[in-house]
Amino acid sequence: MALTKQEWLALEDKAYQMRRLLLDTCHWAGSGHIGGGNSVMDMLVILYHRYLNIKVEDPAWADRDRFILSKGHAGIAYAPVLVDKGFNDPEQLKTFNLTNSKMGIHLDSNKVVGVDASTGSLGHGLSIALGTGLAARVQGKNYKTYCIMGDGELDEGSNWEAAMAMAHFKVTNVISFVDRNHNMIDGNTEEIMALEPLADKWTAFGFEVKVIDGNNISQLADAIDFALANTGDKPVMIIADTVKGEGIDFIEGDYRWHYGAMAEENYEKSKESLARHYEARKARAEKEGK
Amino acid sequence: MAGGLTYTAVDSTALSTAEVYGKTLVELGEQHPEIVALTADLGKSTKIGTFGERFPERFFNVGIAEQNMVGMAAGMAKAGLVPFLSSFSQFASWRVADQLHTDICYQNVNAKIIATHGGTSFGQAGSTHHAIVDFALVRSLPNITLICPADGYETANAVRVAYETPGPFYIRINRGFDRVVYENEDYGFALGKAVEMRPGTDITVIACGSCVFQAISAADFLKNADGLSVRVLNIHTLKPIDKEAIQKAITDTRRIIVAEDHSVIGGLGAAVAEVIAEYGKGCAFKRLGVQDSFAPIGLHEDIMSILGIDSNGIAEAVRAAMKMDFELDDDWDDEV
Ligand SMILES: Cc1ncc(C[n+]2csc(CCOP(=O)(O)OP(=O)(O)O)c2C)c(N)n1
Repeated sequence: MALTKQEWLALEDKAYQMRRLLLDTCHWAGSGHIGGGNSVMDMLVILYHRYLNIKVEDPAWADRDRFILSKGHAGIAYAPVLVDKGFNDPEQLKTFNLTNSKMGIHLDSNKVVGVDASTGSLGHGLSIALGTGLAARVQGKNYKTYCIMGDGELDEGSNWEAAMAMAHFKVTNVISFVDRNHNMIDGNTEEIMALEPLADKWTAFGFEVKVIDGNNISQLADAIDFALANTGDKPVMIIADTVKGEGIDFIEGDYRWHYGAMAEENYEKSKESLARHYEARKARAEKEGK
Repeated sequence: MAGGLTYTAVDSTALSTAEVYGKTLVELGEQHPEIVALTADLGKSTKIGTFGERFPERFFNVGIAEQNMVGMAAGMAKAGLVPFLSSFSQFASWRVADQLHTDICYQNVNAKIIATHGGTSFGQAGSTHHAIVDFALVRSLPNITLICPADGYETANAVRVAYETPGPFYIRINRGFDRVVYENEDYGFALGKAVEMRPGTDITVIACGSCVFQAISAADFLKNADGLSVRVLNIHTLKPIDKEAIQKAITDTRRIIVAEDHSVIGGLGAAVAEVIAEYGKGCAFKRLGVQDSFAPIGLHEDIMSILGIDSNGIAEAVRAAMKMDFELDDDWDDEV
């Protein structure tokens, strides 16, 4: 069902709150993966607030939808979303990265409630998602698995082993995303290790590919609805074209902000930028929403 | 230095250990055109990128693809180049375990892995980025030399020796700055030879990497506080290990503590235990390190304190070991 304007606006509001909480967490921790955290935030928000069938009061519910954040270094974006849902004590964000905290850079599924897989070593998530997808088939369950990978992460060959197997086993209950923010640590993906033509690669591996603006809530909804309605035997890959650092103008698209410090001055500047970004996003939803 | 080569001294107090490594590698690169460098999207973080800025045509950033990087290095080495590779320790060891085993060690190629962010030095990143079992893997592989330098000066020495010595090397250094234990590079670094950092007759503390500074601090403290004479051995080369220095420590002090930023299984403590067991002499012994678990999240110095491998933890372990009983064999004196 298409997103209504009201729903779209509500999700924009949530995405703004979560970007603010990400920023605060970064500020409390002193630094963080602010670039890849902000690029992926709209995907996290729409999954947790529109699609994932989960129970906060029963996080280990056997029939829940699974979510695997394969680009585990975006924990600083994921933790605020889980806290806001009610899975974890909000105070934990204030000790993010601190000694003996439950929450470090990469979220640990044995310590942070609601996390389905401990990621952080890149190139593991898609295989795990394939595993939970096949488990659902074996057990006759209806749950879905969602998996988000980084674009730089796709350099790892293990992803392509998983891709081949996912198409081979016709695993359509897994819905996958690439956060295509065009940057990794050492630079632009096309300069460090070219990925293009990326959509063609996934198509050649047997996927149904959707290329969308991954920082557009409405396009994300359409793509996920498409994947959920998929009755064919090809798995769906959503290539979500995003901006690294989305919402914070002075870091947007700058690979040097993969991991950055959030001292006072930048923190204030970032807050102002996020507020402007939210206004622009709301205006877009007002104009384009139905 | 060995090989009659000349090097410019580095100032290890002003640079992070990885920066010292990057500088040293550039210097080697100036003299040896066969040196090439590879990384997997960690040029900046590991500082191997410094080499890339100076020699772009001899630098290969393969993207986030460590296994490919190691296989490529094997091919390059077979064709006569001397590849240096850098990634985080966990990814430069376990992530590439089979390539390391088969492409590097089995074929005994001349490739040098400089693994950064070793031990729990990237503490806040959690267990996916703590390298607390890398020694266990690398130490078990034939043909490879394993070094864990104590500071930047020792890192510069280790990197040069790796170039000068044919065969595979794995050198594990930390993220960020290390406490400096030497005044400069000229303290007589020799591959496979322990460095006596403090003389002592009551007990020996054996350490490597970041634990060396901690062991020295503990020894100095115990000398003043308890009047104890604590020998400190820096076993920077875990493989091949300096058996004589360990045997001498057993004979001279009969009490040994090992401290390392690694699991007590498979690392320096295990290596020392093997030497002790085969030597056949009674010796009070304790391994400090990660006790068969994953480590907590946090700052490196905090984690070291939690694990008991900082100066306090080591001092406490020394005091406990001074009270430990062990069986003296009757012929002890004959055998010395
Ligand atoms: C196996 C592995 N190698 C290297 C790293 C170090 N690392 C962390 S994030 C990162 C870059 C990730 O780039 P990308 O997937 O594009 O993420 P994003 O830009 O969305 O943050 C690297 C190399 C890692 N975490 N895991």
